[in-house]
Order: sequence, then structure tokens, then C-alpha cells
Amino acid sequence: MTRWAMVIDLDKCVACQGCSIACRFENNTPVVKPNEALKGRAIRWNDVFPFPTNPLEADPGEYPETKQRYLTRPCMHCDNPPCIKVCPVQATFRDDEGLVRQNYARCIGCRFCTVACPYGVRYFNWAAPEWEGSLAEHLNPDRIEGPGDLEGPAVRPKGVVEKCTFCIQRLHKARARAEAEGREFRADEYVPACVQTCTGKARYFGDLDDPESTVTLLAKSPRAFRLLEDVGTHPKVIYLREG
Amino acid sequence: MLQIDAQDKAKLIDPLFRAGIRFWVAVALLLAVIGWGGYMYVRQLIYGLSQTGMQRPAYWGVYMVNFIFFIGISHAGTLISAILRVTGAEWRRPITRVAEAITVFALVVGTLQIIFDMGRPDRVLFVFFYGRLQSPLLWDAISVTAYLLGSVTYLYLPLIPDLAILRDNCPPTAPRWRKGLYSLLSLGWRGNRTQWVRLEKAIAVLAVIIIPVAVSVHTIISWILATTVQPGWHSTIFGPYFVVGAIFSGIGALFMAMTIVRRLMRLENYITTRQYRNLGLLFIAMTAIWFYFTYAEHLTLAAGQQTAEFPVLASKLWGQFAPGFWLMVLLMGVAFWVLVIPPLLPRRAGRLVLFNPRLAVGSGVAAVILFAVMNYSRNLPLTAALSQPGIRLTGWVLVGLALLGVGLGGAFWLKDRLVTATVIAAVCVVVGMWLERWNIVVPTMTHPRLIPFWFYRPTLTEISLTAASVALFILLFLLFFKLFPAVSIWEVAEGRVIDEARSRVKIPAPTPVGAVSRPKHWGFEEGQQ
Repeated sequence: MTRWAMVIDLDKCVACQGCSIACRFENNTPVVKPNEALKGRAIRWNDVFPFPTNPLEADPGEYPETKQRYLTRPCMHCDNPPCIKVCPVQATFRDDEGLVRQNYARCIGCRFCTVACPYGVRYFNWAAPEWEGSLAEHLNPDRIEGPGDLEGPAVRPKGVVEKCTFCIQRLHKARARAEAEGREFRADEYVPACVQTCTGKARYFGDLDDPESTVTLLAKSPRAFRLLEDVGTHPKVIYLREG
Repeated sequence: MLQIDAQDKAKLIDPLFRAGIRFWVAVALLLAVIGWGGYMYVRQLIYGLSQTGMQRPAYWGVYMVNFIFFIGISHAGTLISAILRVTGAEWRRPITRVAEAITVFALVVGTLQIIFDMGRPDRVLFVFFYGRLQSPLLWDAISVTAYLLGSVTYLYLPLIPDLAILRDNCPPTAPRWRKGLYSLLSLGWRGNRTQWVRLEKAIAVLAVIIIPVAVSVHTIISWILATTVQPGWHSTIFGPYFVVGAIFSGIGALFMAMTIVRRLMRLENYITTRQYRNLGLLFIAMTAIWFYFTYAEHLTLAAGQQTAEFPVLASKLWGQFAPGFWLMVLLMGVAFWVLVIPPLLPRRAGRLVLFNPRLAVGSGVAAVILFAVMNYSRNLPLTAALSQPGIRLTGWVLVGLALLGVGLGGAFWLKDRLVTATVIAAVCVVVGMWLERWNIVVPTMTHPRLIPFWFYRPTLTEISLTAASVALFILLFLLFFKLFPAVSIWEVAEGRVIDEARSRVKIPAPTPVGAVSRPKHWGFEEGQQ
């Protein structure tokens, strides 16, 4: 069985936010107006922010004696996700390959999952999405659709929750290609957009159940840690500590 | 044809068929507020929840606070009516109807808040089509539905004999639809023995069943918060804490409602000080339990000093939520004071200046002025003598002393005004409990782990919908008691029969002292050993 996982090497991450931009274009994340963004309604499936987020003990210090650390944060795709446990209608669920998915056609917009997620990876569509000018002409046409099912980069209606899916449409396309070519699908045929674009090549993606995969090997590194390990979510995004 | 006491008819039935100008003005005003709320809700539907003040991380706001608050209010009915019925408290009789009505209407308005809060209210039925039993929200849907059905039945069953009385005692001028309504709803009640036995049995069974359902409702609401891992919510005492708070605010709402009914319909002979005194004792107990729970909940957070949890507590104690938090504490303290202190004061205390009501007014004005000066002037003008923190401390001590003056003077004034004191306490508690819900929901929302701390301020949309919800609650109440008697006629009549029967019982008079040789020590006579 495949268990998709991501390793992010913070030593290599330059906090360029390329991952956020790639994600935005791959997944048709709605662009909110500046005043809405100031209210805290911007949607960034992959966010880059200073870490610790709310300095309590770790003080970044005064210039020039300062040390600012950044964290890039996709969805953790937890093995024990708090979000799917609270969803009343199974709009969010974990599939066989460990991906935590979101069905926009089912979501009732109660925002219990956004409240329950300790990582804040879930975003709510406070208003109907709008794209201006050429942005509207270059939406990603990919979507995962079925009866009562709408996932991936499909344009979301207002009032539903959305989140990082590890670019599930890419997985579907890679599978379909392998099938069309009549061969077995290999785990290295698929990476999410943020992994593909990463400037510092800080992101690795692969199958955690394959003992030979890069992610499995890196997960054994002494530098490896997971975010908020104490909340018992067992994330499948593994960070490598800055040296 | 069911007979009715002439006084009951004059006091309880006749007003149902008279609607003065004041009634229609009140209905029109409430409808205006509701209409404005409806307009704001349509706007919210069109533009999305961006019309509210909610954002990331404050994903839940006033709607959630209102939901918890109204469902809490709804516990009035079960507590008063069911528990008092089960325990056979005689004094419950005139207030059960009001309590049960509060339950039903608060549940309706509370459930509406969830609809307001949903991003996709058109998909509300998905909860039943695709419900996942693992989600606390589904537990909530089930328990609130059960509670609503149960409490509507529980309101209706004791209403049946009254409906039959109404059917048989309608004034001839009553509109035909109302006669039809009463005879339809009274289900052919004739008041014969079989019907009474069945009705009493049904009410008794329902009263027992509805108590655990009511407890489950607010426990589950607390579990919506407590089953997450968010700082400040992940607490084991949330279940009982919420139930206590719910019953507490429920009694507060009941006091307000029954006082309004008593005043408007002049029911002083029905709802007497006995109800206020007995229910007031329960109210005092709930205040104490509430303080105990609140202290226990915050002490563990304060002592633990956990990285994620402590900022939530700090924001309540001295951060951006401090005004709301301390106002809540003050209101609850006032409620406790006006319930407990006035009866304890000896009448002679009135001779002391300290207990002069005029002093209370003076102290109140002084406290307000002092508070305003302290909050609106950056540097107080006395810096030469005292350091700035010293002045602040002195200021707070003076405000505290002034408040104590208000309390002492006010307490004596309230000594012979039980109803006024109770209503003051009830208003304090209802407002305080709304603030408590706010202090539980919002600070945790704005202090998450991996999102920068933020703030939350409700917008006009949320305030309008809250006002409309309160207006809807009052309107439902008003219309209900224009159609149905506010006091359960048959239960009060039954109470009179019981009282009369009791008064006829001859209590054996004690034998005169000295006639029997009394034992000198407990147990044995002298010399018997």
C-alpha cells in the first residue's frame, strides 16, 4: 500500500514562497482582495510564515543580533487527522493512500474542521471566488468530479472549506497515463506542484511504505521532526531541522 | 363542559381574548427587528459569510456564542418543570408553563444560529443524509432534535386539559378559528378518570426521560469544543461546566420571563414570593457552583502555563478579552450579592449610614467617574505623590470600595424587594452567561497554535442577526401567551385542592409537658440499666 508523504528540509528552504505560488496556480486558489486579506481571509494552501508563529519564548532579537526562522506548511495529511473526526457529513476523509481529501460538493460549511485542525491548514471560502483579468483565463482545467463529488482544483463555491490535497489531480493523471500506456504506476511518477517548483530543492515526496524511497530514508534522519508532535495527529509531512 | 374558577377565568382566560394597543405595538416593533435581521441574513446569503467579522483563525464567532447561549437558556424548562415535577415540589405549579415555553422557543432560536453560521445552509439536510456518528456535531444534531421533540411534547401534554378548559370557556365573541384551534388541540379531552390517569402517567414518564436528554444536550455542546485539541477547550470539566452554566442561565431567563408575565398579566396571586424564594435558593446554589467550576477551570490553565494554553488565559485575565471576562465576574458577583446579602442584613442595620440607599447612589456615581478617569486618561494628575502603578492600584482599590458602598446601600434597599433583587440577579446572570460563552469560544479561536494571534469583532450583520434572534424569541413568547394561558390552570387548581385537603388534616397536638415522664438521657431511663 502507498502512503504518500513529504519531507521538507528546512536547511535548504530559503523561504522564497515559490511553493505557495505554484500551489496557487495548480489548485486555482481564489485571490482575495487586499482589504479581505488584511482581515485574515487570504487562502494559502501552502503557507510560509515566521516560526514560532507567536513568539512567546523564542525571541527573534534586535537587529543585527537577530535570527528569523521560517516555516513552510502544506497540509500535514495526518495519519490521525482531527479534521475528519469532527466532520459531520464526511466531506473530508482519508483515502486508502493516506491522503486527507476534501469534497466540496458535500461540505456544509460548518467550519468544525477548520476549528479542529491544530495546524490551521484548512481555509474557508468566505465569499464566492473571483479572478480578475488574465488570471481568470488561466485557471487549471483539472478537476476531480463524480456524482456528489467535487475535489482538487475545481473552482470552489462560496461557503465551503478547502485545503491542500497533495495535488491529488496529478496523482490521478499519472495513474491514468500509466494505465493508458499499459504499465504499472510507479510512485516517483507523481509529485505535487510545490515539490516540483521548490527553488532550494528542499522538498521530497514519495511513498512512506516503500523502505527504499527517499522520504522513508530521510524520515530516519536524526534531524527529522514533525510539527506539533504532542497533539497526537501523526503527520505525514516530516521536517528536517535546521542545522 | 369543564368548569373553571371565576378568578382563574378572569385572570388567565379573559386576557387571551383581549389585545390592547400595547400588544400590537410590541408585535410590530419585534417584527421590525426581525425584518431587519431577515434583510441582513439575505445579504449574508448573497455575499457569503464575508459579511461577518469571522476570518482565519476566528472561524467561529457570535453565532456560535448565541447557539450555546440559547441552548443553555432552554434548560429552564427541563430543570424547573421536569425535576420539580419528579421531586413533587408543589410550588412549581404556576411557573411550569413559562419554563416549558422558554425551552421550546430557545431551542428553536438556538438551532437557527447554526443555520446562520453555516456556509452552505442549503445543505443542512446532509447532516441527516450523510451523517457520521463519529462527529460531535452529529451527536449534537441528534440530541438537540430529541430535546426539541421531547420538550414540544412536554409543553403540549400539560396543555391539553387547559386547552379543553379554553374550548369550553371561550367567550362568545372569540373568533371561530380560535375555538376550532382549541377543540382540535385538546384532542377531545373530557377530564374523565381514564384520561387523567393516562395524562399523569405520560407526563411522569416524559419528565423522567427528558432530564438525561437535557443534560446530554449541553454536555454534547461542550464536547464540540472539548473533543478538539485546541488550547483552552481540551478540558474534561467542560461537560458539567456547560450543564451547570446552562441551568444557571435557564433559571435567570425563567426569572425574567415569569416576572414579565406576572407584571403584565397581574398574576401576583398566582406567582407569589414563594416561587421567587424557592427558586432563588436554587439560583444561589447555581451561582456558587458556577464560581467553583470557573475557578477550577482557570486555575489549572494558570498553574500549567502551557505554551499554547497560557496565551488564551492571559488574553482573558489582562489581554484583549479582559473587559469581557472581568465584567462577567462582576455581574456574577453582583447576582450572588443581591441574592444572598439582603436577607442576611438585620433590620436595625438601616440606622447605619453605611446602609443608606442614598450612599449607594453616591458610591455608584463615584465608581463610574473614577473608572472613566482611570480608563480614559493616560497619566493621572497626581504623579508627584505616588508612582504611576501606585496610582492605578489606589484607583482600583477606590473603585472597589465604591462598588462595595453600592452593594451595602443597595442590599438594604433590596431587603424588602425580593422580586426586584431577583430580577437584577437574573439580568446579571443572563448577560454574564452570554459573556461566559463568548469568553470560552472567542479567545481560543483567536489564539491558535500555528496561526498568528488575531482578534475578532462582530460586524453589523452579526449584531443584527443576534438582535433579530432575541426579538424572535420574545415574539414567539408573546404570541404563545396570547393564545394559551401563561399559568397552567389545572395544575394550579389541583394545587389548591391539595392545599385545602392538607388544611383539613388534623395534626395531633403534643401532649402537655409533664404528663409523660421524659427520659433524662437519650436512649435509657434512669434505673432501667
